[in-house]
Amino acid sequence: MKINDRYISIENSSKFQKLVKRRNTFSWFLSSIILIIYFAFILTIAFYPKLLGIPVAQGMVTTIGIPIGLFIIVFSIILTGFYVNRANGEFDRLTKEVIEESLK
Amino acid sequence: MKKVFYTMIFLLWSEYSIAADVISGEVKKPPVNLTAISMFILFVVGTLFITYWAAKRTKSAKDFYAAGGKITGFQNGLAIAGDYMSAASFLGISALVFASGFDGLIYSIGFLVGWPIILFLIAERLRNLGKYTFADVASYRLKQKPIRSLSAIGSLMVVLIYLIAQMVGAGKLIQLLFGLDYNIAVMGVGVLMILYVTFGGMLATTWVQIIKAVLLLSGATFMAFMVLKMFNFSFEALFVKAVEVHDNGISIMAPGGFISNPVDAISLGLALMLGTAGLPHILMRFFTVSDAKEARKSVFYATGFIGYFYILTFVIGFGSIVLVSTNPEFLNLNGDVIGGNNMSAIHLAKAVGGDVFLGFISAVAFATILAVVSGLTLAGASAVSHDLYANVFKNGKPDEIKEIRVSKITTIILGLIAIGLGILFEKQNIAYMVGLAFAIAASTNFPVLFLSMYWRGLTTRGAFIGGAIGLFTSVILVVLGPIVWVDIIGNSDPIFPSIYPAIYSISIAFIASWFFSITDRSSSAVIEKSNFGPQFVRSMTGVGSEGPSSH
Repeated sequence: MKINDRYISIENSSKFQKLVKRRNTFSWFLSSIILIIYFAFILTIAFYPKLLGIPVAQGMVTTIGIPIGLFIIVFSIILTGFYVNRANGEFDRLTKEVIEESLK
Repeated sequence: MKKVFYTMIFLLWSEYSIAADVISGEVKKPPVNLTAISMFILFVVGTLFITYWAAKRTKSAKDFYAAGGKITGFQNGLAIAGDYMSAASFLGISALVFASGFDGLIYSIGFLVGWPIILFLIAERLRNLGKYTFADVASYRLKQKPIRSLSAIGSLMVVLIYLIAQMVGAGKLIQLLFGLDYNIAVMGVGVLMILYVTFGGMLATTWVQIIKAVLLLSGATFMAFMVLKMFNFSFEALFVKAVEVHDNGISIMAPGGFISNPVDAISLGLALMLGTAGLPHILMRFFTVSDAKEARKSVFYATGFIGYFYILTFVIGFGSIVLVSTNPEFLNLNGDVIGGNNMSAIHLAKAVGGDVFLGFISAVAFATILAVVSGLTLAGASAVSHDLYANVFKNGKPDEIKEIRVSKITTIILGLIAIGLGILFEKQNIAYMVGLAFAIAASTNFPVLFLSMYWRGLTTRGAFIGGAIGLFTSVILVVLGPIVWVDIIGNSDPIFPSIYPAIYSISIAFIASWFFSITDRSSSAVIEKSNFGPQFVRSMTGVGSEGPSSH
């Protein structure tokens, strides 16, 4: 089978469409989480910098900006791990099925 | 004061800058540092040995450009981190924390959040569609000649501008750390980089980056550990002491007005995110792994290492406030840090680990620059040999041996140009260059790459005009902005008021690509749109992409 015919048959398969839908929903969902958090952080700095300067607890020097900032870093790492985990499991399995189906 | 702020922001705007007081003005020559030099020689001998080993394994074009596609996800993650954690992020961000506390964290976060986006939206499709360069992907269903030429120009501009910034920064830094002459330092960096890339190709470059990443992460970990140990691993205790000794007191614990204008804030954010996703040397790294699965893993590991590194720099910055700014050994008569704020992390190395550790960190800083320039040069050489020579001049049917030869010759030429420009620009203000490179990457490479993968309607005409407009807009807005127009050319007011052009240049690139695509009535446009389907299937499944078995 020529590669282009194979692409067309994959494109029309319902399994492929399912994979695309799931993966796109997931990617854009995670991307929007990151974008919202990051721009919320940046715009807080632009508009209400004092908000991040509130102490974590009365009498402490550490401000809430510090754990929030560190949280964004750690959360970004966790989110990438979360994506890789689902992609390497569920999505790769689906992809494999799609490819095998196209070879029949 | 505002100008100083602008310059600092601009420098830190990119990973690859060496901060202001290192690059601007002449550096006083300190005594030759023997420990640092011997540690560095150890690094050089080790990496040259690796280059020799890699050279024996580098035969085909695939070996040269993509290390045969045999790098694992973990190794590639480390190498990406090695490409991304420059001397500037180590010295520059810890210097920013040293100078103003919390603000340093804002930059770290900006540099990091691009990575999850690259993973979710770019990495897999890129790996499934491309072979050696991102132009493979951008031109997948479009006309090869115009799109490859545009991508190659975009890549070469980013690479050359970065190389100048790196070379000048390297020269100054090495002068400060090792007491070597500026010209010798620049030539040394250039020659070593040429050796790594021409003989060892991507395999040697990758290993130089991996080793450097490990050294930098270990060194920074040790420093952060020693700082925290002094305070019984209590951040609060560290902050209390820092606030007590810092001139600005408690205000270092909150945002200090680096970004006050919301448009600028968004523009900076976009440039950091999308610029990272348009850097040719970073994108190229995704072709060194066997498949999409490994590409994904690379980003996960890279994000982990980079994020961890930024947390370390934050601790190192606060540690320097406590240990460097209070120690007369590291201060000059005016009470300023010897060598400038950017040297604070280097001084901290001495404070926590003595002369031997100082030598180690100095050698790591040098190694860091070498790794970054090697990656850049390889990306530039590939743009010339793979995109221009093989696909534009030889219509995609080059003799592989000749293609590799072109690549090696280009590497040597780029290396010589980098040495020449490095020497030429020694006393120039190069602060705008890094920002310019980022703006070009975000406004030329990124829109074309992204739209080609995500939008069926993109045609050659749209991509070419859109990318070209993005390129011109970013260059012109930087030239008319506060740094070049006012600080360098000497006019009193900037024509374009902001130092963050990205929001404008990226938008205009996207709008132009869209407009000139939808109005494209040519017959080739119809074919290009109809080829989106097969391209999309390949980008999602990897069917037809180059696996390790095809080699």
